[in-house]
Amino acid sequence: MRVMAQVAMVMALDKCIGCHTCSVTCKQAWTNRAGTEYVWFNNVETRPGQGYPRRYEDQEKWKGGWELNRRGNLKLRSGGRWAKLAGLFASPVQPELNDYYEPWTYDYETLTNAPAGTDFPVARPKSLITGEDTKIEWSANWDDNLGGVTEAGHLDPIVEKVRRESEDRITFEFEQTFAFYLPRICEHCLNPSCMASCPSGAIYKRTEDGIVLVDQDRCRGWRQCVTGCPYKKMYYNHKSGKAEKCTFCYPRIEVGIPTVCAETCVGRLRYIGIFLYDADRVTEAAATPDERDLYEAQLDLMLDPHDPEVVAAARAEGIPEDWLDAARRSPVYTLAKELRVALPLHPEYRTMPMVWYVPPLSPVVDLLKDQGHDGEDAGNLFGAIESLRIPVEYLAELFTAGDTQIVTDVLRKLAAMRSYMRDIALGDPPDESIAEGVGMTGSEIQKMYRLMAIAKYDERYVIPSAHLEDAHNLEEIGCSLDVDGGPGMGQTGVFGEASGRPTPVAVENFNALQARQTGESATGEQQMAGRVNLLNWDGRGAPAGLFPPRSEDGDRP
Amino acid sequence: MTATAASLLAPGTSLPLEAAVPAAAGTGVGDILLWGVLPYVVLAIVIGGTVWRYRYDQFGWTTRSSQLYESRILRIASPLFHFGILAVLAGHVMGLIIPKTWTEAVGVTEGMYHFLALSIGLVAGVGTLLGIVLLIWRRRTTGPVFMATTKNDKFMYIMLVAALLTGLGTTLISVFDHSVPDYRQTVSPWFRSIWILQPDVAAMTAAGISFKVHALWAMGLFAVWPFTRLVHAFTAPVHYLFRPYIVYRSRDHRSTGSVPVRRGWDPVGTQDRDRSTHRNRAGTRR
Repeated sequence: MRVMAQVAMVMALDKCIGCHTCSVTCKQAWTNRAGTEYVWFNNVETRPGQGYPRRYEDQEKWKGGWELNRRGNLKLRSGGRWAKLAGLFASPVQPELNDYYEPWTYDYETLTNAPAGTDFPVARPKSLITGEDTKIEWSANWDDNLGGVTEAGHLDPIVEKVRRESEDRITFEFEQTFAFYLPRICEHCLNPSCMASCPSGAIYKRTEDGIVLVDQDRCRGWRQCVTGCPYKKMYYNHKSGKAEKCTFCYPRIEVGIPTVCAETCVGRLRYIGIFLYDADRVTEAAATPDERDLYEAQLDLMLDPHDPEVVAAARAEGIPEDWLDAARRSPVYTLAKELRVALPLHPEYRTMPMVWYVPPLSPVVDLLKDQGHDGEDAGNLFGAIESLRIPVEYLAELFTAGDTQIVTDVLRKLAAMRSYMRDIALGDPPDESIAEGVGMTGSEIQKMYRLMAIAKYDERYVIPSAHLEDAHNLEEIGCSLDVDGGPGMGQTGVFGEASGRPTPVAVENFNALQARQTGESATGEQQMAGRVNLLNWDGRGAPAGLFPPRSEDGDRP
Repeated sequence: MTATAASLLAPGTSLPLEAAVPAAAGTGVGDILLWGVLPYVVLAIVIGGTVWRYRYDQFGWTTRSSQLYESRILRIASPLFHFGILAVLAGHVMGLIIPKTWTEAVGVTEGMYHFLALSIGLVAGVGTLLGIVLLIWRRRTTGPVFMATTKNDKFMYIMLVAALLTGLGTTLISVFDHSVPDYRQTVSPWFRSIWILQPDVAAMTAAGISFKVHALWAMGLFAVWPFTRLVHAFTAPVHYLFRPYIVYRSRDHRSTGSVPVRRGWDPVGTQDRDRSTHRNRAGTRR
């Protein structure tokens, strides 16, 4: 047993209102640069829908993830090592910009500069790729809220599959019966196929927290990772010629604050915590013969942080005590393993994804309400879950490789929680038979309710910070040339776009951010903002902000 | 430079009797500079430039692929060009490195050798040329691809295409004009002599003018190589065949401060990569 720690996320889909705040804040934090206009590390899809990039789940076409070869061993769906090298000169399966969308802006200048005339000036859309006038035909969430689903809904690969397997029994009311939102980020898989596909070995998994990153210095732009990732969460920056991906906001995680998407989530549906898992058994688990056993296999990898044996093994691997403590309080462990209500997205890709989802009960509840039934009555809900096969089958294709039993069990637990807690809210004695009916106890249901309905910030995000003694190691390597206008500032360099050194992400900024965020006074109130914290200063050089600014007459104040 | 002047400036070299043939008229200062000095200058630029770029500009070291913008033409043209140029490279290795006496020793006659070299060389060369013409046409006509083209790229294309054209021209000339000296007795000995630091200037001086132009242009291409996107060839990912699929990397062995350290992957001995466990630091802790 080799115990490793993994920072993971759970999203409770019932609470997602599809506001895209996570996408927007993520984009502003990470991908608001030239070359990444079309890139959304975090995107929110309405399902049923084609997703972003379009139909990414159609692995017959896109060849993402792993499959088993004849001997039952894992093999990249897009081909082995020789095949990858042979396809290096023109990647055989590669999404084009049109599969994402052509990013655009508007010609706002016309609005103010247009000469006086009889017509109102119009800000026309301009392609960010060609700079020419463009016609907006698709975007990252074009089919938001089932927009155009009667035209294009059948293009959702999962709809296709469910329809095929249900022999077209569900055709029309399908679109009317349910819809839900699916926010997606990189899965930070335990068995990532992007990493396995990378010819340069530039993608790596951090041993400390399992975050998957791309070494921008080592990436050579072969783009095999884009093919390799079945979730299509590897992106090619067409200006720098390097692959980029969701970083799990590692500079924030290192100082113990949640990712930008989680921090800004309006519905508070995201949970971040750590898992302890057995790294030695990952490959074995990913090679489980039956796709439908992959969920159980993945769950088996997650180790019980209360188990003394696990704790001893974790200590032997050098996992610090506060990480073990965080593992014991981990909300993701509770939701995924203890309560078994969080499911991995597409376990059949065999990548062991580490962003888990609590499937939505709301399609079922909404339907009951629309039909005039009591949407919180246990009997009604259980009956509806059984009879509403289509949403359940759809969810099963997303989360359990088609095993409807697992999804049904989760939905029944969610339904039981609704009914059980309603009785308590109304002052009635709780009905323990509801809890027993789904194989839980009343106290477990209360625990689940606490976590899913009222958990506060520090219960939803249990993130142990990286260790102070590691602070230097965590700091991105800086460069004295990284001043404004210097060669490190990411403008066109000598060898084309963005050559030269990348702009460093210094941990100190995020420490300051964390201090401001958890401090008592409001941001910007004191003059200390922007100054160097001497406790973190390594004694070398004089970074900007070490001294207070010179006063106007040139003397030091 | 006249033969007389050459013999005056380089008194050590004896003037051959067939001085009427200007190409074989001994080695002048110009020849020494071109074939005895320039190769080392170019070598120094290639090695020094590559090392410098590798240290300074890892982030700019990429293929700068434009497949995201356009892949229909690229899918045909790029493999055509790349596989073609690899074949051309193989041909050069054969022609320049393997001495004539070796191939003759294994019974390959002059005629056989030239038939093979020219036929395969022409096919590879024409394929490469067709590939790059298609690529350049695509680059010029596809809006986003053209916009992503830098001045550096354009310069590189001129160098590359000219090297290809002079090479193909050389091949064609030697097909039709049999008076051109055999490159295996002129260019090849000179090329080999460079690497043992005793440049055989005389051998190269005796080569045909087309070979000289091609060799000079090739040296020019090599000299700009480290400073263009061509550097991606130096990091062809052959090690992909040998590395573990899953790459773990730890922070704990990194040195502190701002001194860049070489980044690499740490093998962690999960089950599918037992072959790497013997180098595994964590494994010894168990």
